[in-house]
Amino acid sequence: MKAATRSGSTAPAYLQLAGASFVMDPSGALYWPEEKLLAVADLHFEKGSAYATRRVFLPPYDTAATLMRLAELVSLYEPKRIVALGDSFHDAAASERLGVEDRARIHALQSGRDWIWIAGNHDPIRPSGLEGDVMDELAIGRIRFRHEPRENASEGEIAGHLHPMARIGGLGGTVRRRCFVSDGYRCILPAFGAYAGGLNLRDEAFGFLFREADRFAHILGRGHVYRVSHRFCLPD
Amino acid sequence: MRKAPRRQETALRETALPARFQDWFSARGWIPRQHQLDLLTHAQAGNDTLLIAPTGAGKTLAGFLPTLVELERPVNRAALHTLYISPLKALAVDVHRNLQIPIAEMGLDIRVETRTGDTSAAKRQRQRRDPPSILLTTPEQLALLLATPDARPLFSTLRRVIFDELHAITASKRGDLLNLGLARLRTLAPVMTSVGLSATVRDPDELRRWLAPRGCATRLAELVVAPAGAAPDLAILDTSEHLPWAGHSARHAMAEIYERIKAAHMTLIFVNTRAQAEFVFQELWRINEDALPIALHHGSLDVAQRRRVEDAMALGRLKAVVCTSTLDLGIDWGDVDLVINVGAPKGASRLMQRIGRANHRLDEPSRAILVPSNRFEVLECHAAVDAARAGTQDTAPQRAGSLDVLCQHILGMACAEPFDATQLFQEVISAEPYRGVTRETFDDALRFAANGGYALASYDRFAKIKRTKDDLWRVANGRVAQAYRMNVGTIVEADMLKVRLVRGQASAARSKAKPDSSKTYTGPLRRGGRVLGEIEEYFIEMLAPKDTFLFGGEVLQLEGIVENEALVSRTFAETPKIPSYIGGKFPLSTHLAARVRQILSDPRQWGDFPPQVAEWLGLQEIHSALPAPGDLLVETFPRAGRFYLACYPFEGRLAHQTLGMLLTRRMERAGLKPLGFVANDYALAVWGLADIGAKVDQGLVSLDDLFSEDMLGDDLEAWLQESALMKRTFRNCAIISGLIERNFPGKEKTARQVTISTDLIYDVLRRHEPDHILLRAARADAATGLLDIARLAAMLSRNRGRIVHKDLSRVSPLAVPIMLEIGREPVYGEAREDILVQAEQLWAEASLPEKTR
Repeated sequence: MKAATRSGSTAPAYLQLAGASFVMDPSGALYWPEEKLLAVADLHFEKGSAYATRRVFLPPYDTAATLMRLAELVSLYEPKRIVALGDSFHDAAASERLGVEDRARIHALQSGRDWIWIAGNHDPIRPSGLEGDVMDELAIGRIRFRHEPRENASEGEIAGHLHPMARIGGLGGTVRRRCFVSDGYRCILPAFGAYAGGLNLRDEAFGFLFREADRFAHILGRGHVYRVSHRFCLPD
Repeated sequence: MRKAPRRQETALRETALPARFQDWFSARGWIPRQHQLDLLTHAQAGNDTLLIAPTGAGKTLAGFLPTLVELERPVNRAALHTLYISPLKALAVDVHRNLQIPIAEMGLDIRVETRTGDTSAAKRQRQRRDPPSILLTTPEQLALLLATPDARPLFSTLRRVIFDELHAITASKRGDLLNLGLARLRTLAPVMTSVGLSATVRDPDELRRWLAPRGCATRLAELVVAPAGAAPDLAILDTSEHLPWAGHSARHAMAEIYERIKAAHMTLIFVNTRAQAEFVFQELWRINEDALPIALHHGSLDVAQRRRVEDAMALGRLKAVVCTSTLDLGIDWGDVDLVINVGAPKGASRLMQRIGRANHRLDEPSRAILVPSNRFEVLECHAAVDAARAGTQDTAPQRAGSLDVLCQHILGMACAEPFDATQLFQEVISAEPYRGVTRETFDDALRFAANGGYALASYDRFAKIKRTKDDLWRVANGRVAQAYRMNVGTIVEADMLKVRLVRGQASAARSKAKPDSSKTYTGPLRRGGRVLGEIEEYFIEMLAPKDTFLFGGEVLQLEGIVENEALVSRTFAETPKIPSYIGGKFPLSTHLAARVRQILSDPRQWGDFPPQVAEWLGLQEIHSALPAPGDLLVETFPRAGRFYLACYPFEGRLAHQTLGMLLTRRMERAGLKPLGFVANDYALAVWGLADIGAKVDQGLVSLDDLFSEDMLGDDLEAWLQESALMKRTFRNCAIISGLIERNFPGKEKTARQVTISTDLIYDVLRRHEPDHILLRAARADAATGLLDIARLAAMLSRNRGRIVHKDLSRVSPLAVPIMLEIGREPVYGEAREDILVQAEQLWAEASLPEKTR
């Protein structure tokens, strides 16, 4: 585990879930040291090119940017397995639009390790021309990785889909940042994609998923993940 | 002024004004004014002309006189002859009314119409096919018209374009787009000439260049200057109350202001921000025992509400109006005989413009009182009064045209008709703000307009404009043109939220009786109440639900934000929880800043100061130092377990903020452990954990190095990566250039609902294509806009080797105001990380077991 050697970072932020211990990386990825497993949610590859069809010409570098951040994490943690928690592609045709270089980047990241594409609502089918297993959910012991959090899920669910964000007020202003949300029973990951937007964790969509008293936002800062009770977070 | 020999002039004048006009002037008991005749002469000679005249000098009539003369004999052909452009819709409407009088009285057969955002779709349609002789409109409407296929037939007959209040528009993005429009008008109507009407400006040649085409030689528009009116009667309120150290409320002066209002016929009270307007309005009503009709006017109030106030003014029903810069310009609304400027005037020209709102008769002096709201503002008010008496102007200098505006214009031209790139390039560089644009940059803008213009993978298939077989660029389809027209313009004000009145949360929750709704449950709220106006999104962002604030003269409580509306309820609270006295939007002008530095250094000039101010500055001389005009005073002192560095560049809040950001980075590296800083228009204070003064004395840290100009290199670049202000600057460029559309055909979406955050786009673009045209546009804006880097650079260069350091044992008199701002003004840390740190610590403290607390 080399997390502590990361430049500018303080002590790694740990999350305990169903008897397992995870590291919440300030980039928004979740690392499971015992399993050497790295999970990232909502990559939304090719969101830029999807907008172009509507003549909104976002810089076409979002997939590259997302993959480069992922590559940094891979060289840091050297995981044996990578789980992409669904909505890895912005739409069903997105994997066909991947550029040559980005395709090569994905291949490079996949080589020498297990890669699991959890199916999401944006990308229910197998990505074309890419390695990796497609699964609806992955279970390892009591831990379950799936895209959409379930209302009555058992303990140990790790999901994405909601793109949680926290808004914090302080002296002279507020900040809005991506965050992990957990009550120690389940966890929702922030979106990892460069162009992925966010949903305030005070939104009703989060309401029924967590135990009120223990719900925390783990907010992504620069080199540090800040743990703040959801009650300190502001609605939009 | 004019070079023409006298004899020739007289001869021209005699032929210039037809008998019918001379008779009309005589019938009214008037004699045509010299500048009116001069303008007519130049116009008839086919020259572009700039008229500089004070208010009340018959400027508007002068501008239209050549057109009325030319149209004396009506032609039975519906053709547009003259286009009049005003920065204010209301001004266009007012001019329309005023123009009817001479036309009717002289029996002229001339059709005059207005075209604004309020004009019905049917009428606008008809105007394009069957135009009036004179059309009065706004810059945005001109851009719209120029982007339609009708532009060529409509404008080909044009003979004259008149720009009113030109000084208020040129040095801005709005002016850039308007000047590109002027270049296009010249292409469509080569015989057309321009007339500019302006108040007095710092450098008339800038406006003369703006009005004339660039390229062929360095032509200037002809200049006509009307004689100045009577010198204004200016006074600074000499309060008998305690003059505050800091803040902008002017609460101390309310009773004295009220007395002046009572004594005058009608008073305009100018303030710098909406929040100040609200505050002053509320305070005046608190002491308004005579129930004087005092009204409130600012840009956030609902339009209908503003119109009611304006109408009441015009009818003379009001005793006073508290207003922001919304009433700086334009129309005579009533018999104003006194102007009170509360707070810092910020610029000599701005002050003169406001003073000119009183008494629109040339031969009588305008009467104005300046009310400083704190001690530093006393200095600034004195500097402004000196400048005004000396007739010194400090309007903003002209700057290079913005590239995001150029991107918008290129797409608009394609919406009008297919264009040849080389011809359009020639037209663009004939516009003064764009005369320096290279073909390469133009092509970048063209590619951006087509498909985003990225180096990598292009979006060619979906391009908005495409090249035809005969090498012309045409718009891809009607939807693109429609979307363009819905997003035209350059005014990206702070995002505004509608303020809608709803029933309070408590009663709403009760009536719903939802058993599981906890105290923190925030929605849904009842909708459908009255809209009170609009408010800046950044202000609402600072509030949490249940916070109270002043708006429209009452204390409101925020209930929540739903889509683009801030839902509020009335409350009985006496004072709002959130004061928000954030200083003005406008930074102190460089001219006033220089004067303030000069006054500060020379006690002989303090004679007119209130004793409390002279005493304060005297103590500063004893305890620390009064810096010479070219020096930068830097003080260091300990206070309450922390070490402070205070400096006094007088360069305006924006430049000081940027300096604070960069300085704290360097102090961090120098081991000075800075924790935060606060900036106002005059000073900057940084605090930290290390004894800065001691380290400087020991030679471990050099202030010359800390304040060295090279902070504008790598430090600036590194900071821009994450600066929220830079991201806001980029966002404006993204919207104006058309990368992000605010309005979509079919449904209106607000910026708040733009699905992709421009912050994310900025991060990705900066890393992967740092030279992209939008980043270039944003950097150019940063130099003068929210980051004011150009001004900071000038200051660092001026103070090189001229830092005067005073290591003190305690806070200096001059530092008191800025120290008081701590906790009142926003405090900055890097990338607002401090807010997260605080939240985590707060939670940690709050959740400690009871006995260990």
